[in-house]
Amino acid sequence: MKIHIKNGRVIDPANAIDRRADVFIAKGKIVGVGDTAPADWGGHGANATIDASDCIVCPGLVDIAARLREPGFEYRATLESEMAAAVAGGVTRLACPPDTDPPLDEPGLVEMLRHRARLPGFAHVHPVGALTVQLKGERLTEMAELAEAGCVAFGQANRSIVDTQVLLRAMQYAATFGFPVWLQPQDPFLARDGVAHDGEIAARLGLAGIPVAAETIALATILHLARETGARVHLRRISSAAGLEMIVAARAAGIGVSCDVTINHIHLCDEDIGFFDPHARLDPPLRAASDRDALRAGLASGAINALCSDHTPVDDDAKQTPFDEAEPGATGLELLLPLTLKWATELKLPLATALARVTADPARILGVGGGTLAIGTAADICVFDPQATSRISRETLKSQGKNTPFLGQELKGRVRCTLIEGHLAYDGAFA
Amino acid sequence: MPMPTHLPDAAELCTHLAAAMRPEITPQTALIGIHTGGVWIAEWLHRELGIQQPLGSIDVAFYRDDFNQRGLHKGTKASNIPFDVEGAHIVIVDDVLYTGRTIRAALNELFDYGRPARIDLAVLVDRGGRELPIAATWCPQALALPASQTLVLERDDAARLSLRVTEK
Amino acid sequence: MTRNPQLNKHGELQHLITLEGLSREILAAIFDTAEPFAEVAEREIKKVPLLRGKSVFNLFFENSTRTRTTFEIAAKRLSADVINLNISTSSASKGESLLDTVDNLAAMQADMFVVRHASSGAPYLIAQHLAATGRDHIHIVNAGDGRHAHPTQGLLDMYTIRHYKKDFTRLTVAVVGDLLHSRVARSQIHALQALGVPEVRVIGPRTLLPTGVVEMGGRGSLRVFHDMREGLKGVDVVMMLRLQNERMAGALLPSPQEYFKYYGLTPEKLALAKPDAIVMHPGPMNRGIEIDSAVADGAHSVILPQVTFGIAVRMAVMSMLAGN
Repeated sequence: MKIHIKNGRVIDPANAIDRRADVFIAKGKIVGVGDTAPADWGGHGANATIDASDCIVCPGLVDIAARLREPGFEYRATLESEMAAAVAGGVTRLACPPDTDPPLDEPGLVEMLRHRARLPGFAHVHPVGALTVQLKGERLTEMAELAEAGCVAFGQANRSIVDTQVLLRAMQYAATFGFPVWLQPQDPFLARDGVAHDGEIAARLGLAGIPVAAETIALATILHLARETGARVHLRRISSAAGLEMIVAARAAGIGVSCDVTINHIHLCDEDIGFFDPHARLDPPLRAASDRDALRAGLASGAINALCSDHTPVDDDAKQTPFDEAEPGATGLELLLPLTLKWATELKLPLATALARVTADPARILGVGGGTLAIGTAADICVFDPQATSRISRETLKSQGKNTPFLGQELKGRVRCTLIEGHLAYDGAFA
Repeated sequence: MPMPTHLPDAAELCTHLAAAMRPEITPQTALIGIHTGGVWIAEWLHRELGIQQPLGSIDVAFYRDDFNQRGLHKGTKASNIPFDVEGAHIVIVDDVLYTGRTIRAALNELFDYGRPARIDLAVLVDRGGRELPIAATWCPQALALPASQTLVLERDDAARLSLRVTEK
Repeated sequence: MTRNPQLNKHGELQHLITLEGLSREILAAIFDTAEPFAEVAEREIKKVPLLRGKSVFNLFFENSTRTRTTFEIAAKRLSADVINLNISTSSASKGESLLDTVDNLAAMQADMFVVRHASSGAPYLIAQHLAATGRDHIHIVNAGDGRHAHPTQGLLDMYTIRHYKKDFTRLTVAVVGDLLHSRVARSQIHALQALGVPEVRVIGPRTLLPTGVVEMGGRGSLRVFHDMREGLKGVDVVMMLRLQNERMAGALLPSPQEYFKYYGLTPEKLALAKPDAIVMHPGPMNRGIEIDSAVADGAHSVILPQVTFGIAVRMAVMSMLAGN
């Protein structure tokens, strides 16, 4: 099977390419990027041609945080529904956190998930293994076994390890094998009962607050232990300007940590809770406008390494409740690209810089390839029309989760097609 | 009834009304004006007739039958009935008698204060158009007006009363 | 941001969920309407037929006999049929969702829901749900939601202040105690600001004041005091807040005794206020914890008139909503 994507603007941040070019694909791999076909392309031409006029051709998006809800929460979403959402959003590779039911703390569960996800037309799925058994923060999991089963990193999803000795041991053990440790910095005591950023809005609405100190205190602990253990730490879901400053300072002091932010946190703040909109109930909470602005800038400068969807499908029953009872989270796989573009437009960033945060940069954190159009790599490609708009609605979302604060909004950037290993996984022409 | 070429003088009507009422007033008679026009007339009658019982006033907004259509009237006043309704002779005073619904509401309200011995009705003008079996005891003037018009009593800064017709 | 869900398209009150954002004119209209209702209570038959044939459902997801009773009396004096539901002891414990409960009761031809819920914003959720399902002829009165709002309490407090002090624009008002957890305080502050009170003081230990308390007033006229004696100097109105039992000893406060010593209203502390100051409390009072009996029963106390005015204010709110 040979595919020829022609007339598109190719943006490949990993290889510093941003120009009009054709992409040539054979046997599931990229064999050429340029004006003419590679020498060994053959005389018969392509089996299929994709006309990418007015479109951008870029590496398939890499989303380092997407809950697929399997196993355990199939009433909220299934692998099938969420894989359809991923490719519709141009996402070809994703990492899923271990907070399934049961949690991903046994190799069998990981193998099963990997097996289920290994279908043509499905995005590459990389489970993040549980760092502790049942995510309880007490006993370590069999990390080496889990890595063999396919885990790319170890973490606690959005849960904390309360016992700092266990945290130290977990990081030491992971560092022994060079496994990355992904942690979400939030002090469970300061966050207890909290549902919103502890500030003016929470005070006004009468919502229990989570202070910024919940993030900075947990960060301080993690950063100290990262220095102590030399573990490869990735910090999930930074929410505050103060937290970001600490990470920048830690790097300056020689602690090598990466971090990410979600599409919701670079566009929204606590004011967007409005009249108690349960869709704005997120974990970590949406913080002040000044925090949001710092996160937007930090992502632009590269201080924040990656942008993720933090895709969390929640069923209506768990969202149509009072704000404080609503389950936190928002669906996001299909919003990752349009919200990346929105951020880039608002900050007047070069598209290549913006796309790097959802392709090459998260791929580097994952460390399993992808996020590039380099010759010889798998043809995981997203072709999108940056000017076409679509309205985010319950009807158009493929994800089973219809929960997003962006519901009803008109956003620019529509995926024309998504290729995974040279297979046409999504064809938006018919969508 | 004749169509009015000009409106009658309100002060003159008051004088006629007082003259008609005078023979029937006893020391037990009490006046209650209905907000707003009825209260003005009742204040004048109270002085003119030398009524001994203190003057009462009621705002029937809470008893109106059009609440479901029109909601609560803005500027509703508290009713004030400073005498014992039980066994009293009460004269309800209003400016214009029309459908009879205001008087129905006033009667209902009065009975929530007690059981009067007798109730009479005094109005300046009867413009017809009754929708309930209600009649005035004293009324110096009948006046036919099309339903499209509203007849209102007004009071100026010098406390002079006058009638005015407005189109709805 | 979407239209304030408590107003209809004419800008009239469809529901009463919060006092935030209500104009001085709307507040004044409520007080003016409450005056004649206060008179109704003086009559032989304390009842007017305004809401005859209408069904008012008291939906209490959180128990409060006192508040429920005041709404019940108000609704009955308006001749409404009142149905009391303590949902904390029925559906909710059977796992029925809030909106399922609402749907069921709406199907019983309810005209008005009086809602008390432990979660901030619950009445908004109900209002939005009713609007989305074409049943927004059902009016909602918030009888207290979480820490968010208790608008009828705020209104009756303002009515009480107006009754005794007439002009809001010359007053200094102190709100004392547990503002962090208090829906009453939030409603009071919004109303005081809307009515043009030039100086609102909040007094309490740091553990009981929300982080963003200074900005909460909106117009920056909120002054924070941690020393009650300082805060009470020269005030016209002292509004005490109730301290919940479970917060009296723990990480928020060491003990009720220490709280009383520093933040309890005693005759000696009250002497720092203006000589004609009034003292208010939303009830039920904890005597000897937030307020001394000598003050609660003293000459400055208007705590019992508050309760009486509360009925008239709730009658006004219910009849205005039902008529809009």
